[in-house]
Amino acid sequence: MNTDTMTAVRTETLVKVPIERAFKVFTEEMESWWDPDHHLGDAPLAEMVVERHVGGRIFDRHTDGSECQWSRVLAYEPPTLFVFSWDINTRWELETDLQKTSEVAVTFVAEGPDRTRVVLEHRCLDRHGEGWEGMRDAVGQGWAGLEGYTAAVEGRDRDSAAS
Amino acid sequence: MTNSPSIGQAFTALSDATRREVFELVAERPRAVGELAAQVPVSRPAVSQHLRVLKEAGLVEDEAVGARRIYKLHPEGIAELRSYLDGFWSRSLRAFKAVAEAGDKEDR
Repeated sequence: MNTDTMTAVRTETLVKVPIERAFKVFTEEMESWWDPDHHLGDAPLAEMVVERHVGGRIFDRHTDGSECQWSRVLAYEPPTLFVFSWDINTRWELETDLQKTSEVAVTFVAEGPDRTRVVLEHRCLDRHGEGWEGMRDAVGQGWAGLEGYTAAVEGRDRDSAAS
Repeated sequence: MTNSPSIGQAFTALSDATRREVFELVAERPRAVGELAAQVPVSRPAVSQHLRVLKEAGLVEDEAVGARRIYKLHPEGIAELRSYLDGFWSRSLRAFKAVAEAGDKEDR
């Protein structure tokens, strides 16, 4: 396993809708599918707003009117590519040091008029600095996380064998 | 998070090899108790007991079809198990797929 796969989490899905719709639901209706347990701020999530241009903000609007910007749009090329930053630290708080943020790249590929493959890669997770593996496990967990765990354990094994 | 049958219960239910075999047969296609008993090396009452544990764990459900009781997978329980294993992004993409496909039908 190379370093790239270790510092990224990748997942994909095949959606039976046209590519334009897949892109629109992902970027303009984020709150309709986002796991409401995973957001910053204390009040419940009301809306997720994506400013649709490179450099645009992505922020949550809560039911009490408060807002929280947690991402920047890094690429916006409808209907094929959407890349945004992950300005969230390993304690699931806002990360203000932009050097320590990872990014999420979402690629949309039309496999037919009503079939779109959506590939999501959360990459550069090691930029979060110390404890970055925790972020990888939080977003990837499951089999991806177990793979990382296995690699980490095996690495440790090699280390102790060497010493 | 719902706290109906727990993830722990599901994993405990699947920790028994025979019960796992019963579960895998039901996963292949819906089956009656008698049919399952013919496929595994335990008695019919034992199969019934395994099915009861699987049902309590939310992994299978049963339905009366005529005089027979047919066992099949319980989609919600399986989904919960999957989402536990999948992690945040896989879970989110599955929800995204459901929303995108549902809305598309309404638009037509």
